[in-house]
Amino acid sequence: MLCQECQQRPASLHFTKIINGEKTEFHICERCAKDKGEYMPGSNSFSIHQLLSGLLDADQPFSSTKNKKVKKAQPELKCSHCGMNYQQFAEIGKFGCANCYRSFEEKLDPIFRRIHGGNATHLGKIPKRQGKDLHIHREIKELKENLKKQIEEEEFEDAAKTRDQIRSLENNLQKEEGA
Amino acid sequence: MSLESFMKEAISPWMKNKGPDADIVISSRIRLARNLRDVPFPMAGDEKQLEKITEQVDAKFAGKSHVKFGELELLKMKDLKENEKRVLVEKHLISPNLSNESKAGSVLLSEDESLSIMVNEEDHFRIQCLFSGFQLDEGLKYANDMDDWMEEKLDFAFDENQGYLTSCPTNVGTGLRSSVMMHLPALVMTKRLNRILPAINQLGLVVRGIYGEGSEALGNLFQISNQTTLGKSEKDIVDDLRSVVTQLIQQERSARETLLEESKIQLEDRIYRSYGILAYSRRIESKEAMQRLSDVRMGIDLGLIQDVKGNILNELMIVTQTGFLQQYAGEILTAEQRDERRATLIRERFRLESSRELNDGGGDT
Ligand SMILES: [Zn+2]
Ligand SMILES: [Zn+2]
Repeated sequence: MLCQECQQRPASLHFTKIINGEKTEFHICERCAKDKGEYMPGSNSFSIHQLLSGLLDADQPFSSTKNKKVKKAQPELKCSHCGMNYQQFAEIGKFGCANCYRSFEEKLDPIFRRIHGGNATHLGKIPKRQGKDLHIHREIKELKENLKKQIEEEEFEDAAKTRDQIRSLENNLQKEEGA
Repeated sequence: MSLESFMKEAISPWMKNKGPDADIVISSRIRLARNLRDVPFPMAGDEKQLEKITEQVDAKFAGKSHVKFGELELLKMKDLKENEKRVLVEKHLISPNLSNESKAGSVLLSEDESLSIMVNEEDHFRIQCLFSGFQLDEGLKYANDMDDWMEEKLDFAFDENQGYLTSCPTNVGTGLRSSVMMHLPALVMTKRLNRILPAINQLGLVVRGIYGEGSEALGNLFQISNQTTLGKSEKDIVDDLRSVVTQLIQQERSARETLLEESKIQLEDRIYRSYGILAYSRRIESKEAMQRLSDVRMGIDLGLIQDVKGNILNELMIVTQTGFLQQYAGEILTAEQRDERRATLIRERFRLESSRELNDGGGDT
C-alpha cells in the first residue's frame, strides 16, 4: 500500500482517527508521519496535531457525499506566495508561509479561537523597529471599540471625547506617513 | 578524560547556577518563535533559500558580542557528527527535529549555553533562553532582548491582528512557549498530582512527563507550559504560568511534610535503598536510574542525605543519556553496554562526591 500523503513511499504506519464521530483510516509512511509531527520521539506534537486536524476538519462536520459535493463547488483557497492550498493546510496543520495567513484568512478565526481559548486577536509584543506605527494603530482600534460601546449606551459626551482622540491620533499617523 | 573534566564539559554553565526554588524547580525556559516575512517557512522553503538564512545569521549575528550572552557561535547541523547532535539534543539546546529532519538547519549558541537560537527548525528562528530554578521573568526579559536585537536586522513576519506568524497555528501571536521543569516526587507518591492535573489543564496549561511516554514521567519530572499563545500579552502568559507553578511548589512542599510526618521510616527506607543501588549497582537502565536519582534528590532536599549535593540529579539526569554515555566512552554502545556504563558513571560520580567531602569539607557552592 502506498502512503496516502506522498503517494511515493510504502505506507508503514496505519492508524484510525475518530473525527466528529466518523472513523478515518490513515496509511502513511514514516517520513510523512514525521513531517506531520506524528510519532516524533520526544515531542508531544502528536496530540496537538490530532487536536488540530480535528479542528480543521470541523469545517465539514458531516462529510456525507452530499456535503462533499458542496465542498467541491467552493472556490479553492490557495496561497499565491508558496502555493499551498487550504486542503493541504488542513491536512498538515502547518502554514507554508506568512502569506498563507492572508490567503486562508476567512477560515482562520474559528480555528484560532478553538486553539487559543477563545482568542483570535494578538495582544502581545509589537516588533520594535517594524511596528512603530502599529502601536498607534492598536490604540485607535481600542478607542473605536470604546466609541461603539459609548454610542450604544448613549453616553454621547464621552463618545465625542473619544472621537476627538481618535481623530488626533489619525492625524498624527497621516503626518508621519506623509513625511 | 577524567570524570570530573567530562562533567565540566557536559554540564551547561547555566545549570551550575542555583536559581530560586531550585529544590523543586529545576529550570525555566522561554521560547520565542519568529519567521522571516518574505521566505516560505522551513517546511515549504527550498534548501537554497533556507541555506541563505543560515548564511545571513552567520554574517549578522555569529561572532558578534552581545551584552548579556557574550559571543555567539553558529553550528551547522551538516557539519556535526551524529553523536554531537545527539548530545545537543540531550542538553535541550536543539530539538530532535532540527537534528534529524531540518533542511539547512543550524543553531546559534551562547558561551554559557543559556541561549540557543535554532535556525530552520519548524520556524525560521526559535529563540530559547534557559535559566536554572524558577526564573521566568529573567528568561522572558533576555529572550525579548535577543528578539529586539535580531529584529534590528531582519524583517519578521508580523501582522497587527494575528501577531507573529508561525508555521503552526498553535504558536501564532506571541510565539511564546514558557515552561518550567519541576521535580514533584511527593505529589506523585501521595497521588495528589492526579487530582491537580485536570485543573491545570483547564487553565490552558499543559503538563508533560519528561522523556517519558504518555503520562508516565521519568524521575518524577514534569514540564508545565502554556498552550495559549494568542490573545494574551507575554507578561500575562508568564504570570499565569508562574501563579500555577507557585501553587504547585507549595503543594509539593506540603506533601513532603506530610510524608515526613506520617511515614518517615518508609520514606527514609526508600531513599536509602535508592542511594545504595546508585552507589553500588553494576548495571542500571535509564528508567530505574531516573527513579532512584529522584528519590536521592528528595532525600537531599529533605536533609535526610547530607553528603551529596542537590544538583546531582540535574547533572546525572543529563549525562546518563545515550549520547553522553557514548561521548564519554568514545564509541557507539549497545543497550547493555549503556546500562553498564551508566551504573559505572553514577558510582564514580557518587564517589567523587564523598572524596570532595574529605578534601574540602564538603562546602556548598
Ligand atoms: Zn509518505
Ligand atoms: Zn503560503
